[in-house]
Amino acid sequence: MREQLRTDLLVSLKQKRRGFAKGWYKFSRNLLSVLGLVVLILIVLAALLAPYITPYPEHAKPYTNFKDAGKPPSTEHFFGTDRVGRDIFSRVIFGYRFSLTIGVVVLSLGVAPGVILGLIAGYHKGTWIETVIMRITDIFLAVPPLVLALAITAMLTPNLTNQMMAIALVWWPWYSRLVFALASSLRNEYFVREAELTGASKLHIMLKEILPNCLAPVMTKMTLDMGIVILLGATLSFIGLGVQPPKPGLGTMVAEGSKRLPGEWWGAIFPALAIVVVILAFNLVGDGLRDVFAVEEV
Amino acid sequence: MTDTILVVDKLKKYFPTKRGTVKAVDNISFSVTTGETIGLVGESGSGKTTTAQCVIGIYPPTDGEILFKGQTISEAFSKRSKALKRDIRIVFQDPGSSLNPKRSIKQILSVPLKVHRVATKKDHLTKIKSLLAMVELPPDEYMYKYPQAIGGGEKQMVAIARALATDPSLVLLDEPTSALDVSVQGKIINLLMKLQQDLNLTYLFITHDLSLMRNVASRVAIMYLGKLCEIAPTVEFFQNPTHPYTKMLLSAIPVVSQEEKALKPTKIASRGEIPSPVNVPSGCSFHSRCSEKMDMCAQDDPVMVEIGEGHVTRCHLYQDTKVAASIEQEEGVHAQDPVDQPRGDG
Repeated sequence: MREQLRTDLLVSLKQKRRGFAKGWYKFSRNLLSVLGLVVLILIVLAALLAPYITPYPEHAKPYTNFKDAGKPPSTEHFFGTDRVGRDIFSRVIFGYRFSLTIGVVVLSLGVAPGVILGLIAGYHKGTWIETVIMRITDIFLAVPPLVLALAITAMLTPNLTNQMMAIALVWWPWYSRLVFALASSLRNEYFVREAELTGASKLHIMLKEILPNCLAPVMTKMTLDMGIVILLGATLSFIGLGVQPPKPGLGTMVAEGSKRLPGEWWGAIFPALAIVVVILAFNLVGDGLRDVFAVEEV
Repeated sequence: MTDTILVVDKLKKYFPTKRGTVKAVDNISFSVTTGETIGLVGESGSGKTTTAQCVIGIYPPTDGEILFKGQTISEAFSKRSKALKRDIRIVFQDPGSSLNPKRSIKQILSVPLKVHRVATKKDHLTKIKSLLAMVELPPDEYMYKYPQAIGGGEKQMVAIARALATDPSLVLLDEPTSALDVSVQGKIINLLMKLQQDLNLTYLFITHDLSLMRNVASRVAIMYLGKLCEIAPTVEFFQNPTHPYTKMLLSAIPVVSQEEKALKPTKIASRGEIPSPVNVPSGCSFHSRCSEKMDMCAQDDPVMVEIGEGHVTRCHLYQDTKVAASIEQEEGVHAQDPVDQPRGDG
């Protein structure tokens, strides 16, 4: 018995590895996606190791040094300094910490309920269960996410936690819609019908038969959404409903820097570019993943 | 050996659509004896698959009754007992879509074992291996593969193994070979025949391949536009077909040798296509394509008459032959129902 379990595990590991190798081969055909992945890995590493690799880690905290205020980019300060003399490069690296946290937390909070609701609604297509779930989803989708997130954040105290909760609250409907569409077509597949005729439980059918076939598109969408969520977080921070100064949110920094445009252009441009780079990287990786999964399905 | 396992009695299945009611299955009756293979043959749209789907419970019948081992099972599968789900199993046409691409063959085969507690958890693996061995697939090699990694014929073998995992007595075969290469078809058929012998299975074999039935079925039933035209034991069916539609189908089978040609009945050219089931021709639904059409054919729908041992046909040419009284009586009652006013809907 134990022997068998071991062979089971070994064989499935071997197959996973083979599948992964195949996927990576397809992914690596797209040079832009590989570039995106490299940039993304660099950003994540930089954010994780920020206190050790940034030239002025203390500048991410409340800190003033008016002697060096408003200096343009130089070898000493790659991205220049802001109006109180903090190194913008160091602050951008620390800012990535907030951005990535927002992306990861929002998606882990929002995707699970969205997927579960979509699965239930899709499996029960044509019944009142579908109607209830999908009409609620539609109501959330009808309001633009930025406006809804704005309203929710404005009601609560503006800080990172509330901002993430607000975005997660407007994000799940996209996943319930996506999974609903997938599940409601999968439920008519013969393998689902067969499981039903065998007498398998609804839970088995939803989790074991339908869900595994939904995961590829969900993962692709998550990668693409990371960029959008980061942008939404930066937007909220920009208008003061997110990361609060003196913490170095990227959106917060753009907002501060924009007051001194166009003279001290580096104060707004570099944090803004940082946002662009991370979103672009996520989108490139997402495109690559989509190709991998799309080919696999044929 | 003559116990009847399945009785389909005046089964009707109508589907309401925007363009009118589709009478997919319209008042058909037949019975299946334990251990036999009954071939249900017809063109696309003749209702043969719908019949199977009513038996397995995908659709509850609009009217009529289905009896399995003497008990009525005219309800949807969701209301059926586990024991019943275990006893009647189905093999679908396309194994590509009836096996979940994200699950290994071991996982696929373990579902019926778990649901019906066929074996204890410890014995699952042994059982899966013996199932694979039963369908002549090397167990250790195939157990961990995913459906997309194996060929179409092998997939269908897995689907058959899954159907037999619960030790059923009736298996519905819904065109199990028509999605496969000809080279694989023979292998599957031989396997099915062998399994039938070994496990004492009863097959309801749905197909549009008449020549296949000559070797496989013990009885053949022909369907046309939701109605049965002729039921006969296989030998009788091929040697002495009575219904013009049967004759037409038989003469449409392609032959290579003179000997094969000699086996065929008089040549009748196939005319036209099967009409839309929304707009079924009046009277005998086959009259629009029939080579022996008479005036009455467009008005009166003929009834089933027994013209020989187990040989039933539904054609005006045979209406005045010695009629089995019981059949006429039952059918006679029904014949008064206006044909173009469906009763109830699905």
